[in-house]
Amino acid sequence: MSTARTEANAGGRWLGAYVLAYLVFLYLPILLIPLFSFNDSIQAAFPLQGFTLQWYATLYGNPALSGALANSLVIGTIAASGATLCGITVSYMDLYGRSPLAATISAIARLPILIPGVIVGISLLILVNLVGFGPSRVAIVLGHILVALPTTVVVMRSRFAAIPKTIREAALDLGASDWTTFRRVMLPLSLPAVLSAFMLAFLTSFDEFIVVFFLAGTEPTLPLYIWSQLRFPRSLPTVMALGTAILVASFVIAAFAEVLRHRGLGTARRTAAANPA
Amino acid sequence: MSTIVAGQSLPESRSSPAFRFAMLLPGGLVTFFLILFALGLVLFLAFRGNDGSLLGAGLTVANFATVASEPLYWTVTLRSLAIAGLVTLATVVTAYPVAYYLAFHAGRRRGLLLFLVTLPFWTSYLLRVFAWKIVLAYNGVLNSALIESGIWSEPTLAFLNTPAAVVVTLAHAYAPFAILPIYVALDTIPKSLLEAASDLGARPFTSFRRVVLPNSMPGVLAAALVVFVPTVGDYVTPAMVGGPASTMIGSLIQSEFGKANDWPFGAALSVCVMLVILCVVLVARGADRRFGSRT
Repeated sequence: MSTARTEANAGGRWLGAYVLAYLVFLYLPILLIPLFSFNDSIQAAFPLQGFTLQWYATLYGNPALSGALANSLVIGTIAASGATLCGITVSYMDLYGRSPLAATISAIARLPILIPGVIVGISLLILVNLVGFGPSRVAIVLGHILVALPTTVVVMRSRFAAIPKTIREAALDLGASDWTTFRRVMLPLSLPAVLSAFMLAFLTSFDEFIVVFFLAGTEPTLPLYIWSQLRFPRSLPTVMALGTAILVASFVIAAFAEVLRHRGLGTARRTAAANPA
Repeated sequence: MSTIVAGQSLPESRSSPAFRFAMLLPGGLVTFFLILFALGLVLFLAFRGNDGSLLGAGLTVANFATVASEPLYWTVTLRSLAIAGLVTLATVVTAYPVAYYLAFHAGRRRGLLLFLVTLPFWTSYLLRVFAWKIVLAYNGVLNSALIESGIWSEPTLAFLNTPAAVVVTLAHAYAPFAILPIYVALDTIPKSLLEAASDLGARPFTSFRRVVLPNSMPGVLAAALVVFVPTVGDYVTPAMVGGPASTMIGSLIQSEFGKANDWPFGAALSVCVMLVILCVVLVARGADRRFGSRT
Protein backbone atom coordinates (compact mmCIF):
# COMPACT_ATOMS: atom_id res chain seq x y z
CA MET A 1 0.00 0.00 0.00
CA SER A 2 2.74 2.42 0.99
CA THR A 3 4.77 1.64 -2.15
CA ALA A 4 1.66 2.19 -4.22
CA ARG A 5 1.18 5.56 -2.56
CA THR A 6 4.80 6.61 -3.13
CA GLU A 7 4.50 5.58 -6.76
CA ALA A 8 1.30 7.57 -7.06
CA ASN A 9 2.98 10.63 -5.54
CA ALA A 10 5.97 10.35 -7.87
CA GLY A 11 3.55 9.95 -10.79
CA GLY A 12 1.68 13.02 -9.55
CA ARG A 13 4.88 15.10 -9.58
CA TRP A 14 5.68 14.06 -13.15
CA LEU A 15 2.11 14.83 -14.16
CA GLY A 16 2.36 18.20 -12.43
CA ALA A 17 5.45 19.05 -14.47
CA TYR A 18 3.61 17.95 -17.61
CA VAL A 19 0.61 20.15 -16.77
CA LEU A 20 2.95 23.10 -16.30
CA ALA A 21 4.55 22.47 -19.71
CA TYR A 22 1.06 22.15 -21.23
CA LEU A 23 0.01 25.51 -19.78
CA VAL A 24 3.17 27.09 -21.21
CA PHE A 25 2.31 25.65 -24.64
CA LEU A 26 -1.26 26.95 -24.23
CA TYR A 27 -0.32 30.49 -23.24
CA LEU A 28 3.07 31.18 -24.86
CA PRO A 29 1.81 31.82 -28.43
CA ILE A 30 -1.03 34.00 -27.12
CA LEU A 31 1.34 36.04 -24.90
CA LEU A 32 3.56 36.80 -27.90
CA ILE A 33 0.88 39.21 -29.12
CA PRO A 34 1.17 41.56 -26.09
CA LEU A 35 4.96 41.13 -26.09
CA PHE A 36 5.42 42.32 -29.66
CA SER A 37 2.72 45.00 -29.35
CA PHE A 38 5.26 46.92 -27.19
CA ASN A 39 8.17 46.19 -29.55
CA ASP A 40 9.59 49.10 -31.52
CA SER A 41 9.65 47.29 -34.89
CA ILE A 42 7.25 46.38 -37.67
CA GLN A 43 8.61 42.82 -37.65
CA ALA A 44 7.48 40.43 -34.94
CA ALA A 45 10.96 38.92 -34.49
CA PHE A 46 13.81 38.60 -32.01
CA PRO A 47 15.86 40.40 -30.83
CA LEU A 48 13.38 42.88 -29.34
CA GLN A 49 13.99 46.42 -30.56
CA GLY A 50 13.02 48.39 -27.49
CA PHE A 51 9.84 49.51 -25.75
CA THR A 52 7.26 51.69 -27.46
CA LEU A 53 3.62 52.70 -27.07
CA GLN A 54 3.33 54.04 -30.60
CA TRP A 55 1.22 51.10 -31.85
CA TYR A 56 -1.34 51.80 -29.14
CA ALA A 57 -1.32 55.46 -30.15
CA THR A 58 -2.35 54.45 -33.70
CA LEU A 59 -5.50 52.87 -32.25
CA TYR A 60 -6.84 56.30 -31.27
CA GLY A 61 -8.59 58.43 -33.84
CA ASN A 62 -9.16 55.56 -36.25
CA PRO A 63 -12.80 55.87 -37.42
CA ALA A 64 -12.89 52.43 -39.10
CA LEU A 65 -11.69 50.82 -35.88
CA SER A 66 -14.04 52.67 -33.56
CA GLY A 67 -16.93 51.92 -35.91
CA ALA A 68 -16.10 48.21 -35.82
CA LEU A 69 -15.77 48.35 -32.03
CA ALA A 70 -19.17 50.02 -31.65
CA ASN A 71 -20.69 47.40 -33.96
CA SER A 72 -19.17 44.57 -31.98
CA LEU A 73 -20.41 46.00 -28.67
CA VAL A 74 -23.97 46.54 -29.92
CA ILE A 75 -24.18 43.17 -31.69
CA GLY A 76 -22.58 41.39 -28.73
CA THR A 77 -25.05 42.91 -26.26
CA ILE A 78 -28.15 42.14 -28.33
CA ALA A 79 -27.00 38.64 -29.34
CA ALA A 80 -26.02 37.81 -25.75
CA SER A 81 -29.44 38.99 -24.50
CA GLY A 82 -31.17 36.82 -27.08
CA ALA A 83 -28.99 33.79 -26.42
CA THR A 84 -29.41 34.17 -22.63
CA LEU A 85 -33.20 34.48 -22.93
CA CYS A 86 -33.27 31.34 -25.08
CA GLY A 87 -30.85 29.55 -22.75
CA ILE A 88 -33.03 30.32 -19.70
CA THR A 89 -36.36 29.33 -21.25
CA VAL A 90 -35.06 26.29 -23.15
CA SER A 91 -33.28 24.76 -20.16
CA TYR A 92 -36.12 25.61 -17.72
CA MET A 93 -38.73 23.98 -19.91
CA ASP A 94 -36.42 21.04 -20.59
CA LEU A 95 -36.12 20.40 -16.85
CA TYR A 96 -39.64 21.27 -15.66
CA GLY A 97 -41.87 21.45 -18.77
CA ARG A 98 -42.26 17.68 -18.96
CA SER A 99 -43.16 17.74 -22.63
CA PRO A 100 -41.50 16.02 -25.58
CA LEU A 101 -41.49 19.36 -27.43
CA ALA A 102 -39.44 21.06 -24.69
CA ALA A 103 -36.96 18.16 -24.67
CA THR A 104 -36.67 18.29 -28.46
CA ILE A 105 -36.05 22.03 -28.47
CA SER A 106 -33.35 21.60 -25.83
CA ALA A 107 -31.68 18.85 -27.85
CA ILE A 108 -31.73 20.91 -31.07
CA ALA A 109 -30.45 23.98 -29.20
CA ARG A 110 -27.24 22.08 -28.40
CA LEU A 111 -26.92 20.83 -32.01
CA PRO A 112 -24.72 23.74 -33.24
CA ILE A 113 -21.80 22.06 -31.40
CA LEU A 114 -21.99 19.34 -34.05
CA ILE A 115 -22.14 21.72 -37.03
CA PRO A 116 -18.92 23.32 -38.33
CA GLY A 117 -19.06 27.13 -38.23
CA VAL A 118 -18.73 27.43 -41.99
CA ILE A 119 -22.02 25.51 -42.45
CA VAL A 120 -23.82 27.55 -39.77
CA GLY A 121 -22.60 30.63 -41.66
CA ILE A 122 -23.73 29.59 -45.14
CA SER A 123 -27.08 28.19 -43.95
CA LEU A 124 -27.90 31.53 -42.28
CA LEU A 125 -26.60 33.40 -45.34
CA ILE A 126 -29.14 31.54 -47.49
CA LEU A 127 -31.86 32.13 -44.88
CA VAL A 128 -31.35 35.88 -44.46
CA ASN A 129 -31.25 36.33 -48.23
CA LEU A 130 -34.48 34.38 -48.54
CA VAL A 131 -36.19 36.40 -45.81
CA GLY A 132 -35.03 39.57 -47.50
CA PHE A 133 -32.73 41.58 -45.27
CA GLY A 134 -29.54 39.85 -46.42
CA PRO A 135 -26.13 40.20 -44.78
CA SER A 136 -26.48 42.89 -42.13
CA ARG A 137 -26.17 43.53 -38.42
CA VAL A 138 -29.49 41.73 -37.84
CA ALA A 139 -28.08 38.69 -39.66
CA ILE A 140 -24.97 38.76 -37.45
CA VAL A 141 -27.11 38.93 -34.31
CA LEU A 142 -29.08 35.85 -35.44
CA GLY A 143 -25.84 34.01 -36.22
CA HIS A 144 -24.33 34.84 -32.85
CA ILE A 145 -27.46 33.81 -30.94
CA LEU A 146 -27.03 30.43 -32.59
CA VAL A 147 -23.30 30.18 -31.87
CA ALA A 148 -23.73 31.16 -28.20
CA LEU A 149 -26.87 29.06 -27.63
CA PRO A 150 -25.20 25.77 -26.58
CA THR A 151 -23.16 27.67 -23.96
CA THR A 152 -26.12 29.49 -22.42
CA VAL A 153 -28.26 26.32 -22.42
CA VAL A 154 -25.53 24.28 -20.71
CA VAL A 155 -24.76 26.98 -18.10
CA MET A 156 -28.44 27.59 -17.25
CA ARG A 157 -29.38 23.91 -17.30
CA SER A 158 -26.73 22.94 -14.77
CA ARG A 159 -27.76 25.93 -12.63
CA PHE A 160 -31.47 25.11 -12.60
CA ALA A 161 -30.67 21.44 -11.97
CA ALA A 162 -28.60 22.43 -8.90
CA ILE A 163 -31.57 24.18 -7.24
CA PRO A 164 -33.21 21.67 -4.89
CA LYS A 165 -36.52 20.43 -6.33
CA THR A 166 -38.27 21.11 -3.00
CA ILE A 167 -37.89 24.88 -3.38
CA ARG A 168 -39.89 24.98 -6.61
CA GLU A 169 -42.42 22.46 -5.29
CA ALA A 170 -42.92 24.51 -2.12
CA ALA A 171 -43.67 27.62 -4.19
CA LEU A 172 -46.19 25.74 -6.32
CA ASP A 173 -47.78 24.09 -3.27
CA LEU A 174 -48.22 27.49 -1.64
CA GLY A 175 -50.30 28.50 -4.63
CA ALA A 176 -47.81 30.44 -6.71
CA SER A 177 -48.52 30.25 -10.42
CA ASP A 178 -45.92 28.86 -12.84
CA TRP A 179 -45.05 32.37 -13.89
CA THR A 180 -44.66 33.63 -10.31
CA THR A 181 -42.58 30.59 -9.36
CA PHE A 182 -40.32 31.14 -12.34
CA ARG A 183 -39.96 34.91 -11.91
CA ARG A 184 -39.91 35.24 -8.11
CA VAL A 185 -38.20 32.00 -7.06
CA MET A 186 -36.23 30.22 -9.75
CA LEU A 187 -34.89 33.22 -11.65
CA PRO A 188 -33.57 35.14 -8.59
CA LEU A 189 -31.91 31.94 -7.32
CA SER A 190 -30.07 31.55 -10.62
CA LEU A 191 -29.21 35.20 -11.20
CA PRO A 192 -25.42 34.70 -10.99
CA ALA A 193 -25.67 32.02 -13.67
CA VAL A 194 -27.81 34.32 -15.83
CA LEU A 195 -25.10 36.98 -15.64
CA SER A 196 -22.42 34.39 -16.28
CA ALA A 197 -24.27 33.01 -19.33
CA PHE A 198 -24.77 36.55 -20.64
CA MET A 199 -21.08 37.41 -20.33
CA LEU A 200 -19.92 34.18 -21.93
CA ALA A 201 -22.40 34.69 -24.77
CA PHE A 202 -21.18 38.26 -25.18
CA LEU A 203 -17.57 37.05 -25.38
CA THR A 204 -18.54 34.38 -27.91
CA SER A 205 -20.12 37.03 -30.12
CA PHE A 206 -17.38 39.61 -29.54
CA ASP A 207 -14.60 37.22 -30.62
CA GLU A 208 -16.51 35.27 -33.26
CA PHE A 209 -15.11 35.23 -36.78
CA ILE A 210 -16.05 32.05 -38.70
CA VAL A 211 -19.81 32.69 -38.90
CA VAL A 212 -19.75 36.49 -39.01
CA PHE A 213 -17.56 36.33 -42.11
CA PHE A 214 -20.61 35.25 -44.15
CA LEU A 215 -23.22 37.47 -42.51
CA ALA A 216 -21.63 40.92 -42.39
CA GLY A 217 -22.89 43.59 -44.73
CA THR A 218 -21.11 46.91 -45.01
CA GLU A 219 -20.52 47.29 -41.27
CA PRO A 220 -17.77 44.96 -40.01
CA THR A 221 -17.28 43.73 -36.47
CA LEU A 222 -13.93 43.92 -34.69
CA PRO A 223 -12.66 40.45 -35.78
CA LEU A 224 -13.60 41.29 -39.39
CA TYR A 225 -11.71 44.56 -39.10
CA ILE A 226 -8.65 42.64 -37.85
CA TRP A 227 -8.98 40.17 -40.73
CA SER A 228 -9.07 43.03 -43.25
CA GLN A 229 -5.90 44.52 -41.71
CA LEU A 230 -3.93 41.25 -41.82
CA ARG A 231 -3.33 41.72 -45.55
CA PHE A 232 -1.12 44.75 -44.88
CA PRO A 233 2.24 43.83 -43.27
CA ARG A 234 2.65 47.43 -42.09
CA SER A 235 -0.47 47.28 -39.93
CA LEU A 236 0.57 44.10 -38.08
CA PRO A 237 1.89 45.99 -35.01
CA THR A 238 -1.41 47.89 -34.81
CA VAL A 239 -3.28 44.58 -35.00
CA MET A 240 -1.12 43.31 -32.13
CA ALA A 241 -1.90 46.36 -30.01
CA LEU A 242 -5.61 45.93 -30.75
CA GLY A 243 -5.32 42.18 -30.12
CA THR A 244 -3.73 42.84 -26.74
CA ALA A 245 -6.62 45.09 -25.72
CA ILE A 246 -9.12 42.44 -26.86
CA LEU A 247 -7.26 39.65 -25.02
CA VAL A 248 -7.19 41.64 -21.78
CA ALA A 249 -10.92 42.43 -22.07
CA SER A 250 -11.71 38.76 -22.82
CA PHE A 251 -9.63 37.51 -19.87
CA VAL A 252 -11.31 39.93 -17.46
CA ILE A 253 -14.86 39.15 -18.62
CA ALA A 254 -14.25 35.37 -18.67
CA ALA A 255 -12.71 35.47 -15.19
CA PHE A 256 -15.67 37.46 -13.87
CA ALA A 257 -18.15 35.05 -15.48
CA GLU A 258 -16.33 32.10 -13.93
CA VAL A 259 -16.37 33.62 -10.45
CA LEU A 260 -20.11 34.37 -10.73
CA ARG A 261 -20.91 30.85 -11.90
CA HIS A 262 -19.28 29.28 -8.82
CA ARG A 263 -20.43 31.87 -6.31
CA GLY A 264 -24.03 31.27 -7.39
CA LEU A 265 -23.78 27.54 -6.77
CA GLY A 266 -22.47 28.09 -3.25
CA THR A 267 -25.42 30.30 -2.31
CA ALA A 268 -28.00 27.80 -3.58
CA ARG A 269 -26.40 24.93 -1.64
CA ARG A 270 -26.28 27.00 1.56
CA THR A 271 -29.94 27.98 1.11
CA ALA A 272 -30.85 24.34 0.66
CA ALA A 273 -28.76 23.30 3.66
CA ALA A 274 -30.35 25.96 5.87
CA ASN A 275 -33.84 24.83 4.84
CA PRO A 276 -33.69 21.06 4.57
CA ALA A 277 -36.73 19.49 2.94
CA MET B 1 -55.79 21.46 -1.75
CA SER B 2 -52.12 21.80 -1.01
CA THR B 3 -52.32 18.91 1.45
CA ILE B 4 -53.58 16.65 -1.30
CA VAL B 5 -50.78 17.60 -3.66
CA ALA B 6 -47.97 17.66 -1.10
CA GLY B 7 -45.53 14.81 -1.45
CA GLN B 8 -46.71 13.83 -4.91
CA SER B 9 -45.25 15.17 -8.09
CA LEU B 10 -47.26 18.06 -9.39
CA PRO B 11 -49.81 17.25 -12.06
CA GLU B 12 -48.95 18.68 -15.44
CA SER B 13 -52.37 20.24 -15.87
CA ARG B 14 -51.38 23.03 -13.45
CA SER B 15 -49.10 24.52 -16.09
CA SER B 16 -51.02 27.26 -17.81
CA PRO B 17 -50.95 27.11 -21.61
CA ALA B 18 -49.99 30.79 -21.83
CA PHE B 19 -46.93 30.21 -19.62
CA ARG B 20 -45.86 27.17 -21.62
CA PHE B 21 -46.30 29.00 -24.90
CA ALA B 22 -44.31 32.06 -23.75
CA MET B 23 -41.52 29.88 -22.38
CA LEU B 24 -41.27 27.65 -25.44
CA LEU B 25 -41.54 30.46 -28.00
CA PRO B 26 -37.98 31.95 -28.03
CA GLY B 27 -36.22 28.58 -28.06
CA GLY B 28 -38.74 27.16 -30.50
CA LEU B 29 -38.26 30.01 -32.97
CA VAL B 30 -34.48 29.79 -32.82
CA THR B 31 -34.21 26.01 -33.01
CA PHE B 32 -36.86 25.35 -35.66
CA PHE B 33 -36.34 28.43 -37.83
CA LEU B 34 -32.63 29.27 -37.49
CA ILE B 35 -31.32 25.72 -37.14
CA LEU B 36 -33.67 23.16 -38.72
CA PHE B 37 -35.20 25.34 -41.44
CA ALA B 38 -31.82 26.88 -42.35
CA LEU B 39 -30.21 23.42 -42.58
CA GLY B 40 -33.19 22.28 -44.64
CA LEU B 41 -32.48 25.13 -47.06
CA VAL B 42 -28.88 23.92 -47.47
CA LEU B 43 -30.13 20.40 -48.21
CA PHE B 44 -32.68 21.74 -50.71
CA LEU B 45 -30.14 24.00 -52.43
CA ALA B 46 -27.70 21.08 -52.78
CA PHE B 47 -30.14 19.43 -55.21
CA ARG B 48 -30.62 22.56 -57.35
CA GLY B 49 -28.76 23.81 -60.41
CA ASN B 50 -26.90 27.12 -60.33
CA ASP B 51 -28.71 29.72 -62.44
CA GLY B 52 -27.50 32.72 -60.48
CA SER B 53 -30.73 33.04 -58.49
CA LEU B 54 -30.90 32.60 -54.72
CA LEU B 55 -32.48 29.15 -54.62
CA GLY B 56 -31.22 27.87 -57.98
CA ALA B 57 -33.36 25.99 -60.50
CA GLY B 58 -34.55 22.50 -61.26
CA LEU B 59 -33.95 19.32 -59.33
CA THR B 60 -30.63 17.61 -59.98
CA VAL B 61 -27.96 15.42 -58.45
CA ALA B 62 -25.32 17.00 -60.73
CA ASN B 63 -23.62 18.75 -57.79
CA PHE B 64 -23.06 15.46 -56.00
CA ALA B 65 -21.97 13.79 -59.26
CA THR B 66 -19.30 16.48 -59.65
CA VAL B 67 -18.12 16.03 -56.06
CA ALA B 68 -17.87 12.26 -56.57
CA SER B 69 -16.21 12.34 -60.00
CA GLU B 70 -13.60 15.08 -59.62
CA PRO B 71 -10.38 13.85 -57.94
CA LEU B 72 -9.81 17.35 -56.49
CA TYR B 73 -12.74 16.98 -54.10
CA TRP B 74 -11.61 13.53 -52.99
CA THR B 75 -8.11 14.87 -52.35
CA VAL B 76 -9.37 17.85 -50.36
CA THR B 77 -11.88 15.75 -48.40
CA LEU B 78 -9.28 13.14 -47.50
CA ARG B 79 -6.82 15.89 -46.55
CA SER B 80 -9.45 17.53 -44.31
CA LEU B 81 -10.16 14.19 -42.66
CA ALA B 82 -6.44 13.50 -42.20
CA ILE B 83 -5.76 16.95 -40.73
CA ALA B 84 -8.84 16.88 -38.48
CA GLY B 85 -8.04 13.31 -37.43
CA LEU B 86 -4.45 14.18 -36.54
CA VAL B 87 -5.54 17.31 -34.68
CA THR B 88 -8.16 15.32 -32.75
CA LEU B 89 -5.66 12.60 -31.86
CA ALA B 90 -3.00 15.12 -30.78
CA THR B 91 -5.46 17.21 -28.74
CA VAL B 92 -7.06 14.28 -26.94
CA VAL B 93 -3.77 12.46 -26.20
CA THR B 94 -2.09 15.62 -24.85
CA ALA B 95 -5.22 16.69 -22.92
CA TYR B 96 -5.75 13.34 -21.18
CA PRO B 97 -2.85 13.61 -18.67
CA VAL B 98 -3.94 17.17 -17.83
CA ALA B 99 -7.50 16.03 -17.18
CA TYR B 100 -6.14 13.09 -15.16
CA TYR B 101 -4.02 15.40 -13.02
CA LEU B 102 -7.01 17.71 -12.48
CA ALA B 103 -9.25 14.83 -11.42
CA PHE B 104 -6.87 12.92 -9.14
CA HIS B 105 -3.84 15.02 -8.15
CA ALA B 106 -4.69 18.72 -8.29
CA GLY B 107 -6.07 19.02 -4.76
CA ARG B 108 -6.62 22.62 -3.74
CA ARG B 109 -5.17 23.93 -7.01
CA ARG B 110 -7.94 22.23 -9.02
CA GLY B 111 -10.20 25.28 -9.31
CA LEU B 112 -7.40 27.55 -10.44
CA LEU B 113 -6.02 25.02 -12.93
CA LEU B 114 -9.46 24.31 -14.40
CA PHE B 115 -9.90 28.02 -14.86
CA LEU B 116 -6.48 28.41 -16.49
CA VAL B 117 -7.01 25.62 -19.03
CA THR B 118 -10.47 26.84 -20.03
CA LEU B 119 -9.61 30.55 -20.19
CA PRO B 120 -8.08 30.45 -23.71
CA PHE B 121 -11.39 28.97 -24.91
CA TRP B 122 -12.98 32.39 -24.33
CA THR B 123 -10.36 34.36 -26.22
CA SER B 124 -10.51 35.22 -29.89
CA TYR B 125 -9.95 32.22 -32.17
CA LEU B 126 -8.72 34.60 -34.87
CA LEU B 127 -6.06 36.00 -32.52
CA ARG B 128 -4.91 32.52 -31.48
CA VAL B 129 -4.40 31.62 -35.16
CA PHE B 130 -2.77 34.97 -35.84
CA ALA B 131 -0.31 34.29 -33.01
CA TRP B 132 0.89 31.18 -34.87
CA LYS B 133 1.30 33.15 -38.07
CA ILE B 134 3.79 35.48 -36.38
CA VAL B 135 5.50 32.48 -34.74
CA LEU B 136 5.98 30.53 -37.97
CA ALA B 137 6.59 33.32 -40.50
CA TYR B 138 9.81 33.52 -42.57
CA ASN B 139 11.00 36.55 -40.62
CA GLY B 140 8.95 35.54 -37.62
CA VAL B 141 9.43 34.59 -33.97
CA LEU B 142 10.63 30.98 -34.35
CA ASN B 143 13.10 31.67 -37.17
CA SER B 144 14.56 34.74 -35.48
CA ALA B 145 14.81 32.96 -32.13
CA LEU B 146 16.64 30.02 -33.71
CA ILE B 147 19.11 32.34 -35.45
CA GLU B 148 19.55 34.53 -32.38
CA SER B 149 20.42 31.48 -30.29
CA GLY B 150 22.89 30.27 -32.93
CA ILE B 151 21.06 27.02 -33.71
CA TRP B 152 20.46 28.00 -37.32
CA SER B 153 22.30 30.46 -39.52
CA GLU B 154 19.52 31.25 -41.99
CA PRO B 155 15.75 31.57 -41.71
CA THR B 156 13.75 28.73 -43.21
CA LEU B 157 10.54 28.75 -45.18
CA ALA B 158 9.77 25.29 -43.89
CA PHE B 159 7.36 26.34 -41.10
CA LEU B 160 4.67 28.48 -42.68
CA ASN B 161 2.33 27.32 -45.45
CA THR B 162 2.52 23.62 -44.72
CA PRO B 163 -0.16 21.13 -43.61
CA ALA B 164 1.96 20.59 -40.48
CA ALA B 165 1.51 24.28 -39.61
CA VAL B 166 -2.27 23.78 -39.91
CA VAL B 167 -2.17 20.74 -37.62
CA VAL B 168 -0.11 22.51 -34.93
CA THR B 169 -2.18 25.70 -35.08
CA LEU B 170 -5.52 23.86 -34.93
CA ALA B 171 -4.30 21.57 -32.14
CA HIS B 172 -3.35 24.66 -30.14
CA ALA B 173 -6.55 26.56 -30.96
CA TYR B 174 -8.83 23.68 -29.95
CA ALA B 175 -6.77 22.33 -27.02
CA PRO B 176 -9.11 23.77 -24.33
CA PHE B 177 -12.10 21.95 -25.92
CA ALA B 178 -10.70 18.52 -25.09
CA ILE B 179 -9.80 18.81 -21.41
CA LEU B 180 -13.23 19.51 -19.91
CA PRO B 181 -15.17 16.47 -21.20
CA ILE B 182 -12.33 14.10 -20.21
CA TYR B 183 -12.02 15.75 -16.79
CA VAL B 184 -15.76 15.39 -16.13
CA ALA B 185 -15.66 11.70 -17.12
CA LEU B 186 -12.63 11.03 -14.87
CA ASP B 187 -14.06 13.02 -11.98
CA THR B 188 -17.33 11.08 -11.97
CA ILE B 189 -15.67 7.64 -11.74
CA PRO B 190 -16.80 6.34 -8.33
CA LYS B 191 -13.82 6.35 -5.95
CA SER B 192 -14.98 2.95 -4.68
CA LEU B 193 -14.00 1.41 -8.04
CA LEU B 194 -10.42 2.64 -7.64
CA GLU B 195 -10.29 1.47 -4.02
CA ALA B 196 -11.64 -1.94 -5.02
CA ALA B 197 -8.99 -2.28 -7.73
CA SER B 198 -6.20 -1.37 -5.31
CA ASP B 199 -7.61 -3.62 -2.55
CA LEU B 200 -7.70 -6.52 -4.97
CA GLY B 201 -4.00 -5.99 -5.57
CA ALA B 202 -3.98 -4.12 -8.86
CA ARG B 203 -0.79 -2.11 -9.45
CA PRO B 204 -1.47 1.57 -10.26
CA PHE B 205 -0.82 1.01 -13.97
CA THR B 206 -3.12 -2.03 -14.12
CA SER B 207 -5.88 -0.19 -12.33
CA PHE B 208 -5.43 2.72 -14.76
CA ARG B 209 -5.57 0.43 -17.80
CA ARG B 210 -8.42 -1.79 -16.61
CA VAL B 211 -10.55 0.62 -14.56
CA VAL B 212 -9.82 4.30 -15.18
CA LEU B 213 -9.24 4.29 -18.93
CA PRO B 214 -12.35 2.29 -19.94
CA ASN B 215 -14.51 4.32 -17.56
CA SER B 216 -13.26 7.60 -19.02
CA MET B 217 -13.86 6.62 -22.63
CA PRO B 218 -17.24 8.44 -22.89
CA GLY B 219 -15.40 11.67 -22.05
CA VAL B 220 -12.61 10.89 -24.50
CA LEU B 221 -15.15 10.30 -27.27
CA ALA B 222 -17.03 13.50 -26.44
CA ALA B 223 -13.74 15.42 -26.48
CA ALA B 224 -12.77 13.87 -29.82
CA LEU B 225 -16.12 14.92 -31.27
CA VAL B 226 -16.02 18.55 -30.11
CA VAL B 227 -12.50 18.91 -31.53
CA PHE B 228 -13.13 17.01 -34.78
CA VAL B 229 -16.29 18.87 -35.83
CA PRO B 230 -14.94 22.45 -35.90
CA THR B 231 -11.54 21.43 -37.29
CA VAL B 232 -12.87 19.38 -40.21
CA GLY B 233 -14.80 22.40 -41.49
CA ASP B 234 -12.24 25.06 -40.68
CA TYR B 235 -11.24 27.56 -43.36
CA VAL B 236 -9.47 30.29 -41.36
CA THR B 237 -6.37 28.36 -40.28
CA PRO B 238 -5.64 26.93 -43.77
CA ALA B 239 -5.94 30.46 -45.16
CA MET B 240 -3.66 31.99 -42.50
CA VAL B 241 -0.87 29.44 -42.05
CA GLY B 242 -1.61 26.61 -44.50
CA GLY B 243 -0.81 27.83 -47.99
CA PRO B 244 -2.23 26.24 -51.17
CA ALA B 245 -1.07 22.74 -50.22
CA SER B 246 -3.42 22.62 -47.24
CA THR B 247 -6.74 23.74 -48.73
CA MET B 248 -9.51 22.11 -46.71
CA ILE B 249 -13.13 21.34 -47.48
CA GLY B 250 -14.22 24.39 -45.46
CA SER B 251 -12.05 26.60 -47.66
CA LEU B 252 -13.85 25.23 -50.76
CA ILE B 253 -17.29 25.84 -49.23
CA GLN B 254 -16.28 29.36 -48.29
CA SER B 255 -15.08 30.10 -51.82
CA GLU B 256 -18.25 28.64 -53.43
CA PHE B 257 -20.27 31.12 -51.36
CA GLY B 258 -17.75 33.87 -52.13
CA LYS B 259 -15.53 34.25 -55.17
CA ALA B 260 -16.59 31.10 -57.04
CA ASN B 261 -20.25 32.04 -56.47
CA ASP B 262 -21.85 28.65 -56.99
CA TRP B 263 -24.12 28.36 -53.97
CA PRO B 264 -25.83 25.08 -54.91
CA PHE B 265 -22.45 23.40 -55.32
CA GLY B 266 -21.24 24.86 -52.01
CA ALA B 267 -24.43 23.53 -50.40
CA ALA B 268 -23.71 20.06 -51.83
CA LEU B 269 -20.19 20.18 -50.35
CA SER B 270 -21.73 21.20 -47.00
CA VAL B 271 -24.14 18.25 -47.14
CA CYS B 272 -21.17 15.93 -47.75
CA VAL B 273 -19.36 17.37 -44.71
CA MET B 274 -22.47 16.90 -42.56
CA LEU B 275 -22.74 13.27 -43.78
CA VAL B 276 -19.11 12.66 -42.81
CA ILE B 277 -19.77 14.17 -39.37
CA LEU B 278 -22.93 12.06 -39.03
CA CYS B 279 -20.85 8.91 -39.69
CA VAL B 280 -18.27 10.00 -37.11
CA VAL B 281 -21.01 10.72 -34.55
CA LEU B 282 -22.59 7.29 -35.17
CA VAL B 283 -19.22 5.56 -34.76
CA ALA B 284 -18.62 7.52 -31.53
CA ARG B 285 -22.11 6.60 -30.30
CA GLY B 286 -21.46 2.94 -31.03
CA ALA B 287 -18.13 3.04 -29.23
CA ASP B 288 -19.73 4.92 -26.33
CA ARG B 289 -22.32 2.17 -25.95
CA ARG B 290 -19.60 -0.49 -26.00
CA PHE B 291 -17.85 1.19 -23.10
CA GLY B 292 -21.13 1.39 -21.20
CA SER B 293 -22.13 5.04 -21.34
CA ARG B 294 -22.75 6.73 -18.02
CA THR B 295 -24.15 9.84 -19.64
